[in-house]
Amino acid sequence: MATYDRAFIAGVFEHPTRKAADKSLGQLHAEVAMGALADAGLTLDDVDAYFVAGDNTNLYPLSFVDYLGLKLKVIGATDTGGSAYITHVGQAVEAIAAGRCKVALITLAGRPRTGGAAANPAPDWQLPDVPFEVPYGREVINAYAMCAMRHFYEYGTTSEQLAWIKVAASHHAQHNPNAMLRNLVTVEEVLASPMISDPLHRLDCCVVSDGGGAIVVVAPEIAKTLNRPMIRIRGIGDAVKHQAGGDIDLTYTATRWSAADAYAQAGIGPGDLKYASIYDSFTITVLEQLEDLGFCAKGEGGRFVSDGNLISGVGKLPVNTDGGGLCNNHPANRGGMTKVIEAVRQLRGEAHPAVQVPNCDLAVANATGGWLGTRHAASTIILERL
Amino acid sequence: MTDTQASIAHPGVNPETQAYWDAAAAGRLLVRHCTSCGKDHFYPRAACPHCRSAATEWKEARGSGTIYSYSVMRRASPPFAVAYVTLDEGPTMFTNMVECDLDTLAIGQAVEVTFVPANDGLVLPVFRPR
Repeated sequence: MATYDRAFIAGVFEHPTRKAADKSLGQLHAEVAMGALADAGLTLDDVDAYFVAGDNTNLYPLSFVDYLGLKLKVIGATDTGGSAYITHVGQAVEAIAAGRCKVALITLAGRPRTGGAAANPAPDWQLPDVPFEVPYGREVINAYAMCAMRHFYEYGTTSEQLAWIKVAASHHAQHNPNAMLRNLVTVEEVLASPMISDPLHRLDCCVVSDGGGAIVVVAPEIAKTLNRPMIRIRGIGDAVKHQAGGDIDLTYTATRWSAADAYAQAGIGPGDLKYASIYDSFTITVLEQLEDLGFCAKGEGGRFVSDGNLISGVGKLPVNTDGGGLCNNHPANRGGMTKVIEAVRQLRGEAHPAVQVPNCDLAVANATGGWLGTRHAASTIILERL
Repeated sequence: MTDTQASIAHPGVNPETQAYWDAAAAGRLLVRHCTSCGKDHFYPRAACPHCRSAATEWKEARGSGTIYSYSVMRRASPPFAVAYVTLDEGPTMFTNMVECDLDTLAIGQAVEVTFVPANDGLVLPVFRPR
């Protein structure tokens, strides 16, 4: 058995809601859990490993294990922000390969739109970086905006080029009945939207949505008994990039390192991939990850994303065919979960027919977590349909 | 012309960085210098993040540098500019640009430190065009 046959993704589920005023956080976690387990042909009683991140509060793993009534052998709660859910898949694979469990459930849920969580939570002044950044008005968007500004300066990247990333997302979202924003937008409309933090416009930003998603990772002997396509986890990598004592470079992400590890494990390169899910908290987030994944050289991202190159059926690399965080869904302000889900849909041939990539047998899902402009994690997963 | 945001929260003084904030209140910008590897770092910490040595000491920065990157928060009222400034000593620090035309800020621009009062008697190092 190849090392990458250690575990398989058997179930995924994206909650259809984008505004959950009528549901509690517990309900959302339970609904996505049941959805992914039903997709796999399993039940909560089959689950013996559970992973959840900080999209909940106060001993959240225990609260939701209790709420779901799980009997566990493995519990994980690594929180790196939006990339955590891809990291969890890797941890589930390791736990399964070590023989500690057979069915791992990963859930994400949140209600930022109805007031359940803030994009800029109250700072913890004991964190060592906080006193040196928060008093200056550090926010999510200006941290990302400074990455874009530097990328523009070093490589001549333009706002028009970034806008193409949003345009591609809108082309995909028009086919997704659950997407928050289904209208096609143009480059001109992105540029005409209000400037929030130079050089990022309102339409360079992802949506804020309630909801969530879940993934079920199972041992090979379980996967073979389920009447579902076998989605193999062929390579996975994690990395963290930070300020390095003040040696700052905002033009690349930790994906440079996480992708290298994932490619090495998988024994493939970017040219082998038919589809890419790439976390799109902002347009610049996608651009830097595309370069770091090796789809183009560093600095060439602006040219690479232009003229519809990310649109399924139009360009060379279909990206975020569900509409991504820019148009479809960004539950709990965390993007990694939905990235894995759409990659699995593509590999199974279950994406919307208008955006389905023909013969999609090899795909990548990539996410950053935390803030690109200050400190962040990246997680890369390469998935293959058997 | 603009200033930093109107309400600046408590910078969270702690024993490791008390001297940094005391110096800022006296109009001096400090970085942390490692006597083992010779490099300066920011934000300051007891052990050098470059070589891990505990042989570190405070060093007064010249207070001049260049803008590495910046962004004007256009939706804020009034708008203000965050920036990363690369100090002549080497490290790059998160800060604000003040006493400037927000529309003519540029990467590579020469800047110098100045100090603005924050809440609770604390003072923040910020930068203005040189």
